[in-house]
This record gives sequence, C-alpha cells and structure tokens, in this order.
Amino acid sequence: MKGSILSFEQVTFTYVPEDEAVKPAVSDLSFSIGEGEWVALVGHNGSGKSTIAKLMNGLLFPQQGTVQAMGLKMSEESLWNIRSQMGMVFQNPDNQFVGATVQDDVAFALENNGVPHEEMVVRVRESLQQVKMADYLDHEPHHLSGGQKQRVAIAGALALRPRLLILDEATSMLDPQGRREVIETIRELREATGLTVLSITHDLEEAALADRVLVMNAGHKQMEGTPDEVFSSGEELTEMGLDLPFAMRMAGLLKQAGVPMTGESMTEHELVEELWTYYSSK
Amino acid sequence: MDILLKQVGYSYAKDTPFEKRALTDVTLHIPSGSYTAIIGHTGSGKSTVLQHLNALLQPTEGSVLIGERKIEAGTKAKNLRDVRKKVGIVFQFPEQQLFDETVLKDIMFGPLNFGVPEEEARRRAIALVEQLGLPEGVLEKSPFDLSGGQMRRVAIAGVLAMEPDVLVLDEPTAGLDPRGRREIMDLFYRLHQEKGLTTVLVTHSMEDAARYADTVAIMHGGKCVATGDVRDVFANEEQLGDYRLEPPRTVRMQREFEEKTGLTLDELALTEEALARSIAQALTEGREPK
Ligand SMILES: Nc1ncnc2c1ncn2[C@@H]1O[C@H](COP(=O)(O)OP(=O)(O)OP(=O)(O)O)[C@@H](O)[C@H]1O
Ligand SMILES: Nc1ncnc2c1ncn2[C@@H]1O[C@H](COP(=O)(O)OP(=O)(O)OP(=O)(O)O)[C@@H](O)[C@H]1O
Ligand SMILES: [Mg+2]
Ligand SMILES: [Mg+2]
Repeated sequence: MKGSILSFEQVTFTYVPEDEAVKPAVSDLSFSIGEGEWVALVGHNGSGKSTIAKLMNGLLFPQQGTVQAMGLKMSEESLWNIRSQMGMVFQNPDNQFVGATVQDDVAFALENNGVPHEEMVVRVRESLQQVKMADYLDHEPHHLSGGQKQRVAIAGALALRPRLLILDEATSMLDPQGRREVIETIRELREATGLTVLSITHDLEEAALADRVLVMNAGHKQMEGTPDEVFSSGEELTEMGLDLPFAMRMAGLLKQAGVPMTGESMTEHELVEELWTYYSSK
Repeated sequence: MDILLKQVGYSYAKDTPFEKRALTDVTLHIPSGSYTAIIGHTGSGKSTVLQHLNALLQPTEGSVLIGERKIEAGTKAKNLRDVRKKVGIVFQFPEQQLFDETVLKDIMFGPLNFGVPEEEARRRAIALVEQLGLPEGVLEKSPFDLSGGQMRRVAIAGVLAMEPDVLVLDEPTAGLDPRGRREIMDLFYRLHQEKGLTTVLVTHSMEDAARYADTVAIMHGGKCVATGDVRDVFANEEQLGDYRLEPPRTVRMQREFEEKTGLTLDELALTEEALARSIAQALTEGREPK
C-alpha cells in the first residue's frame, strides 16, 4: 500500500457533548486509507457513516482523537488546503447546491480554488459530460429530477479533480444502468489519475467492488477487510442490519432448498456455473 | 380508491421562459386495491406522475380522476383537503416533507390537521416510531438532527400516521439499510393487504417491483410507454432494453440457468425464494432417470 491519504486515530465525536445520555455518533475510531485505494464504508442507519464523512472534510471536529488528510492534521488552518484536494458528494444533493444554474454550481468550487476561467469552462463541461448532464447547463439544480440532481452533485466533485473522492450514498437514486455507468466512470478516472475513493453505501453489490470494506455498527468499527473477508462473516452482518450480495444470498436459499452449494460463488455467473457442474455430474 | 390519469400532459413553469415539459399524453389507470410499480430511468417523469395522484400538481393538459374528484387542466381545483387526506405521498427526498420542531410533532401534524384527536395522533406516532425501527428517544429530537435513513423513517411514519387509502411511495427505500428496506417494504405490503390500500411504488429496484407489485408501468421520456402484469413486463427483455431498463436479478439468473442447463423453470420467479425453490425442483426432476 502506498502512503496514507487519510487517517483517523482514536476519534470520538458527539453531537451533544453536554448531554451524557447521548451516545457518541463515532467512538474511538481508527483506520487509514492508502492513496489510490477504493474503500466502501457500510453500516446500519445511524451507525455514524455520514458523521465520519463530515469529520473527514472538517465540517465537524472530533472531541477526541485526530484526523489527518493529505499529510496534514485537520485543523482550522489546514482545512482549506485539505478541502481543495477533496471532492465530497453529500447524501442529499439539495443541501449541496449553491449555483443558480447547473454550470454555475459545478463551477463554484473551482472558482473558490482559483482555477483560471478558461480551464474552469473546460472542466465544467467535461465533468457534466462524464455524468451525462451536459444538456442541462442552464437548468436550475433544484428543479431537476432526483437522479439528475445526484448526477450534477457528482459532476461538481469530479470537476475539482480531487485526490480523494468521498461519496455519501451518491448514487442511491440512479437507475441500475445509470448507477453502473457512474461507478464505471469513477473507476476509469481512478485508473487514469490514481484517485482515492471512499464510498458510503447500502448497496452491497457496490461494496463488493471495493478493495476494502469498513463496517460500522453503532458508532464503532465492527469489521474491516476485503469484501470476501467481510461477506464471509454472513450472519454477523445480517444481525447488524446488513445483508449479503445477491449471489451469496441465493447460494444460501438454494442450500435451504436442498441443493448442495460450496458457498464460494461470488457472482450470479459463478453460481450458475456451479449449479451446472452439479447438474451434469450425476 | 380508483385513480385515472387521462391523456395527462404537464409542463413545469408553464408560460415562462423556463417552461419544461415533463409529461406528454400519459394515460394510466390505477384500480382500487392494486399494487402498481412505476419504473423508468432518471428523468423519465415518474415523480411528476406521482404528484398528480394527490393533485399536488395539476395537469396542464388532460384530466386526473381521483375517486370521485376530477382535476382538469385549465380549471384551478379548490378544496383539495379530501384528496390530500386520502392519498398519502412519501416523497423522493425525506427532507422535502419534514418541517416541525420535533419528530413527535412532525408525525402528529398530518393526523391533527385532518381532525384526528390529539391523544389518538400521539398514540399513532409512538406506535409508528417503534414499527419503523427508530431509536428510542427520537420523538423529542429535531427531525433534522437525524441520519439520512432515520429521516426517511420519520417521513414514512408521518404519511402512515394519516392512515391514507392510497399510499404513494417515491423511492421509499433509498437511504435505508438492507434490513430497514426489507422490513419497511414488508410493512407497506402488509398494510396493502390487510387494509386493502391502493399502493403506487416508484422504484429503481426491479427486484422490489417484482416482489411486491402486481402491475408495472414503464415511463420513458415523459410518456407511459407500457403497462402490464408484472410477469409479462419482466419477461419482455427486449422491451425493457428499449427503455434502458433491465429485468430483476432473479430473472437474469433464471435465464442464465435455463440457457446453461437446458432446463426450463415452470414460470418466471419473482422473488429469490421462489427462484431457489424452482431451481431445486428442476434439478431434482432433471437428475432423475426418466
Ligand atoms: N445534526 C445532528 N444532531 C444530533 N444528532 C445527529 C445529527 N446528525 C446525526 N445525528 C445522530 O448521530 C448518529 C449517526 O448519524 P450519521 O448521520 O452519521 O449516520 P449514518 O451512518 O450516516 O446513517 P444513515 O445510513 O441513516 O445515513 C445517529 O444516531 C444520528 O441520529
Ligand atoms: N421543479 C421542476 N422544474 C422544472 N423541471 C423539472 C422539475 N422537476 C422535474 N423536472 C424535469 O422534468 C422531467 C421529469 O422529472 P421527474 O422528477 O418526474 O423524473 P423521475 O422519473 O422522477 O426521475 P428520477 O428517477 O431521477 O427521480 C426531468 O427532465 C426533470 O429535469
Ligand atoms: Mg448517512
Ligand atoms: Mg423522481
């Protein structure tokens, strides 16, 4: 693994520190993300994922522990430098829009980062093309469909050409094909530029594509490992309100229905191969 | 309650320079007691259709019949209280419908507004918070000091608390964790069956559409291009492909299995459980010497 681009060291954060009855949203959390990695952050509703994202870009500061990003310790002073290298897509795109038109909105952060006008125009177009919203330059971001809003929010983050891209359920309202396209675009970008990705998601098929998965449970880090490692823990995941990817769920159901399964198939395709082998081996 | 959209057209910001056509000639019948899923890719007009179901938007062409009420283009419909009371909508983004100081007040607002006594409204709110798996102590919190999935649950509670006859759901599971997703979709289904609700679900999850709906409508470019029985719609891969959609995973796996083994399953499996059972059965029968 290359150097760490982001790390949490024993971070604890509470929204209501004055009230002891309120449990911390994030407790004693340590982890590190290597430059160029794709990490999926999963966990039940309220487990602390969005809070972690906000601690990463200095929207929130921990009561205990330290956050480091881009080699700097997160502080009031380093914040702007860190943010300029970070693209963030929030859970609700409406909270993120600042521009009156789609193109102004995408340009906004570039302007703040002092990107020269000509380059800005190029980047705005390019990133909107990447998410297939180039026909909507002059539309008002708030007056778009749900999925269109999410696409524009993603374009805003891509236009920054960040070193680290943080996606907080950024594709939850896209149709399956659109979702695959956007994820593919980001993967290509990562190949080409060495982008690091932290993706918060409830979509376990998407999590299965990551290099590494972090599992949060009630503010604590419950598991950390490759998708294979994490998904092999089966019941522990379902007890936390999570689930397994489709192929693994199907394997379980087939087993219950009396078909001997190895439990090793990770995709539908492998599953069908396995069923065929069984069928033709009598 | 029957709902009928008849040749409905809708343009946002009509007669302004920003006019944007979203619907063209949409005819859609939602029979009382049915469970209809509306599918279609981003921007195809699904949310715009939904907002016609309780007259939040009024058609710029055509008409919408909601039970006895007729909402017609060109005439401003007044006194829509009754319609709003009977048709509850869960919006695509939960923040769109949360507004009150506390979760309790937010959930009680709808029922109180429609004349439900305070005690009863409170009782419903407390029961729903529990049914929707919200954490303890949430009732006195501001709905905006919650996680995304928790806000979604409060928004759903607020609509269920009104006990509508027609439940209209716009991507209700976006942002829910997998268990919440399953439990809450099952809860809608239980209400649908036990109380005879008319249910309309917009979803990008073909799996949920297959599992819960009996009728599927496809939106494409502002038009309703197909409606049909759930099995017929999902069996027609070519048609789905034309509208940049795809069959549910179960259907894709069934097809791949049939192709690979040469076996044919009895019918299109609409759930994972049904698919596993059919495959197990086909394998057993196929393996037995004839
Ligand atoms: N602004 C806030 N004020 C007070 N408490 C909050 C606030 N935002 C979140 N919380 C609480 O902090 C905890 C963690 O919330 P967070 O938003 O990080 O969860 P999450 O893992 O992103 O969940 P989801 O999957 O629902 O988006 C939850 O219990 C939530 O209720
Ligand atoms: N308030 C608005 N003002 C102007 N145009 C709008 C508005 N809301 C939606 N539109 C446009 O109308 C069309 C249909 O939007 P709608 O929200 O109905 O799509 P949708 O099928 O729900 O899409 P998604 O799956 O992305 O939520 C889109 O092209 C969209 O840009
Ligand atoms: Mg969140
Ligand atoms: Mg929509």
